[in-house]
Amino acid sequence: MTTVKFSLSPTLKRGINQWVKKFPKGKQASAVLMALRLVQDAHGHLQDQHLDAVAEYLSMPKIQVYEVASFYSMFRREPAGKHVLSVCGSISCYLRDANGVIETIQEKLGIGMNQTTPCGQFSLKEVECLGACCGAPCMLVGDHEYHTDMNPKKVCDLIDKLDKEKQHG
Amino acid sequence: MVKPSINQVCLRTLSHPNPASIDTYMALGGYKIWQDILKNRPEPQSLLTQIRQSLLRGRGGAGFIAGLKMSFIDSKAPKPRYLVCNSDEGEPGTCKDTLILQYNPHQLIEGMLIACYVQGMDVCYHYLRGEYQKQYDACELALEEAKSKGFLGKNIGKTDLSIDIHNLLGAGSYIVGEESAMLESIEGKPALPRSKPPFPAVEGLYQQPTTVNNTETIASIPIILEKGADWFLDYGCQNSGGSKIFCISGHVKKPGVFELPLGTPFKTLLSLCGGMRAKEKLKAVIPGGSSMRVLPAKQIMNLSMDYDSLQQAGSALGSGGVIIMDESTCMVQALTCIARFYKHESCGQCTPCREGTGWIVRILERIIAGDAQLSDLETLERIAHSAEGRTICAFGEAFTWPVQSFLKHFLPEFKYYARHGRSMVTGR
Repeated sequence: MTTVKFSLSPTLKRGINQWVKKFPKGKQASAVLMALRLVQDAHGHLQDQHLDAVAEYLSMPKIQVYEVASFYSMFRREPAGKHVLSVCGSISCYLRDANGVIETIQEKLGIGMNQTTPCGQFSLKEVECLGACCGAPCMLVGDHEYHTDMNPKKVCDLIDKLDKEKQHG
Repeated sequence: MVKPSINQVCLRTLSHPNPASIDTYMALGGYKIWQDILKNRPEPQSLLTQIRQSLLRGRGGAGFIAGLKMSFIDSKAPKPRYLVCNSDEGEPGTCKDTLILQYNPHQLIEGMLIACYVQGMDVCYHYLRGEYQKQYDACELALEEAKSKGFLGKNIGKTDLSIDIHNLLGAGSYIVGEESAMLESIEGKPALPRSKPPFPAVEGLYQQPTTVNNTETIASIPIILEKGADWFLDYGCQNSGGSKIFCISGHVKKPGVFELPLGTPFKTLLSLCGGMRAKEKLKAVIPGGSSMRVLPAKQIMNLSMDYDSLQQAGSALGSGGVIIMDESTCMVQALTCIARFYKHESCGQCTPCREGTGWIVRILERIIAGDAQLSDLETLERIAHSAEGRTICAFGEAFTWPVQSFLKHFLPEFKYYARHGRSMVTGR
């Protein structure tokens, strides 16, 4: 079997360079968090070859990139659905029935926690405090699209809306 | 109820149209201090004295006197020195910095510039939590506006003064909010808190002298210098200068964020949120984010929200995340929810925390499953007391204080659950 070595696209390199510029000379490893986010945005999840390429590009030990990728919760090492639904389960959301929102999603999509629908449209994740406690219960679609004051009805509507996007786009 | 003065310090732009724009901020007197500094180059020490006199305390949760922390940077310390602004808002119950970032970013930028000037720093890294993309965009836009006015960059106003500010984004971690963990993260590593000493003021980012401050703390600085330390002191109450942004979440009618004078009665906070949400009465309050000790209703009802008063009551002001629980709350289940958070977020470096957070969750889950014995409660208590103070960072306190205080104030509920395998409150 021949393997083609993965290399970062020019767009990705440009994106990473924007972050490298923020740090002193020789401290390009500081850009690793954002480099991984950019690669993940482009490729859906982080495979070993992506981590290796980032390590090479930022001249840092591979192990350090692997450590970072496994430490921070926004990094995905496995494929996920097109829309990742991350529901906050921390105390302020819990008190305002985050569990009801989670159960509704599970029932509607027929998946459990940390699972993806067979069609690949949705994944469900429980996350810790998102810093939107006065809009509890809150959730994210993707990495940073906040939805606040959720309830079973609102979350069903949201899923329907996201699902339609697929049919039209 | 006397109408309290709301949103006068870090959130003073909030009631204006286009609150985040540089014009709005400057019309309110913003950047006046910074322009004065650029023109007259006052003695940094004189500015620091005013900040110290205002008794501004760290608003991220620890409450350390900000001016004192800034004074730890020795005037002869080597350069470069770094300022780090901590916008990794993640303490459950806390959603305050997001408002500064979205609606008053210029006051934060002016605060960073002043703090850099006072401490002889030429670079500030502003670390926002990874999910705050919208807030990051607002800060980037504000930075561009400030640059176009010539307020920062290389040789500002053709002087020898150069200060750069860089906004950064995290990637999902609670512990990165701990100051030395944040430095590790900026260096491109997992956010593991460092052993101290050396403290960041001596060996911080890239081993250089560094100060890390919370967003609300830094954003308070311009107005302190603008209106005077006395104004700030008088705005708050004794030993608690100025304002605090309170985030009231949980079982109130309208959860909300309000910047209020320190010393505002708890009752006022409750009325600002329209009171309790349903017929149920107030049962308990966590007054400063989920790491702080819970207080039962009868205790908090007559308290004022400031450093001394909450400390005397056995809890703390923390981050200002006020979590309200009504009588329908099962305290065993609520504590389990909190304990799961800490188990998930422990960085794993120190054994008492890595193992302790897991032991606590497993015992609580055993109680909920109906498989516990009364002696498990003693074990819970013992773990909570033995981990406190035995970890590198304050996470050891953060995960044990809730356990200690829930058991202290609501022990009968825990005993009932352990004995009967169901909740005394919900019956299930």
